[in-house]
Amino acid sequence: MTSVLYDAQGPRAKRRNVLYTAVFLVVLAAVVWWVYKALDDKGQLAWALWKPFFSGTEAYSTYIWPGLRNTLKAAALAMVIALPLGAVLGMARLSDHVWVRVPAAVVVEFFRAIPVLVLMIFGLALFAQYTDVSSDDRPFYAVVTGLVLYNASVLAEIVRAGILALPKGQSEAAMAIGLRKNQVMRLILLPQAVTTMLPAIVSQLVVIVKDTALGGAVLTYPELLASANTMSGYYGNIIASLAVVGVIFVVINFSLTSFASWLEGRLRRGRKSTGAVLGAQAVADIAGTAADADPAGTAAGIGDIDGVRK
Amino acid sequence: MFDFLGRYDVLGAFWTTVQLTLLSAVGSLVWGTLLAGMRVGPVPLMRGFGTAYVNIVRNIPLTVIILFSSLGLSQTLGITLGAHDFKVQGFRLAVLGLILYTSAFVCEAIRSGINTVPVGQAEAARAIGLSFTQVLGLIVLPQAFRAAIGPLTNVLIALTKNTTVAAAIGVAEAAFLMKEMIENEAQLLVISAVIAFGFVCLTLPTGLILGWVGKKMAVKR
Repeated sequence: MTSVLYDAQGPRAKRRNVLYTAVFLVVLAAVVWWVYKALDDKGQLAWALWKPFFSGTEAYSTYIWPGLRNTLKAAALAMVIALPLGAVLGMARLSDHVWVRVPAAVVVEFFRAIPVLVLMIFGLALFAQYTDVSSDDRPFYAVVTGLVLYNASVLAEIVRAGILALPKGQSEAAMAIGLRKNQVMRLILLPQAVTTMLPAIVSQLVVIVKDTALGGAVLTYPELLASANTMSGYYGNIIASLAVVGVIFVVINFSLTSFASWLEGRLRRGRKSTGAVLGAQAVADIAGTAADADPAGTAAGIGDIDGVRK
Repeated sequence: MFDFLGRYDVLGAFWTTVQLTLLSAVGSLVWGTLLAGMRVGPVPLMRGFGTAYVNIVRNIPLTVIILFSSLGLSQTLGITLGAHDFKVQGFRLAVLGLILYTSAFVCEAIRSGINTVPVGQAEAARAIGLSFTQVLGLIVLPQAFRAAIGPLTNVLIALTKNTTVAAAIGVAEAAFLMKEMIENEAQLLVISAVIAFGFVCLTLPTGLILGWVGKKMAVKR
């Protein structure tokens, strides 16, 4: 395999690569051995600690599935509320009226600058002091509130970028046939921007799913991580439990990420679209969350492995 | 109205936030650059390792990583990172977790910077006989870093906000102090406003200044 960064390998380079591979393998093996040794010394590899996950369904039905359900519930609800809110804020930032544009910009920039955990802690106290939401439901409300406030402002930026990414001719043509400003936005720009933004929105879902874990760790919302913590108390297997939780998160988020990049590729190739697609990299740039930066961009990139020789 | 603030070390908490941010930023810049080098290099095993690392780590919540470093590494396996004090240990574990997590994003930011370097640059470098490490170190990375300032700034801002996750293992930074103050004082709005203002002061100037630097430094093509 060649890349632009290095020549096709001759005998010397091949020997050198074999040497590098060997050295790297030794280092990797040393690290793996050290981890194994550390785990083994403390008896963390005992079958009893891992058994709950491989035989029987008790661990799953009692702890993992209910936790996962709560994780997905909070993430889905936050997305459903944040999406329309973000769309409104994003369009408000594009308004011709200063008194709409500026407040929307202030709100968006403010909530983007604040950690989502701070928003969640604020939400929890807010619901405790000013509403009569029962104390059992409060963490859930607080988690969703925090996620909505933060992600609505990120989605607002995605919507704005999605609309701005459309070719100028679209709105010009719409105005030329006599549509009003609101019709141009509602009938012409927004429907096209939605397809443009789809990959970016799916990537943002990954961020939301990951952030629900904060609610478990700090706000006692019984999501996946929190219930795994409870579970490890019962079985005495914190490392095994966290490993399983990690695997579940990777599976969910990796499928979302792959779906987003598949969608992005499909939309880029699509003939009907305007060719404007807001990819995952765009989200990372907008959100500052570095959500999912897969720079498989359209530019002739030399970081792409399979040699881009155009 | 603001009297109660005198009883808490608000500036100290934000100083901890800044320390967490800076130490993790330096660490993840080093480890992330190494990962990026592996991902574009000629050795298949290193490429595979880099790709696997990035794809696994960026899909796990930071909270899980930080809790693992506290509950798993330190409490179960007894790794103390050379700290005798419980507070220092929590701080170091948080930095370790933040570095492991953030370096995946740094790697991707640098790789996106490498993507902006025109193919001709690397081809010319190879034509005059430079090896892979020379092409990467002398020609591509210097240009890539200048283009990556923008994405790296976003990573830095995200890192600043992510340091609050250290509150989950009891590091006394801003979010931890906020929780403590809310429990003890009936001044929810004032407390939240102070903490929010602190974070706005940290993140907005970072974005503005580094955004300006990024524009100045970008290679004009």
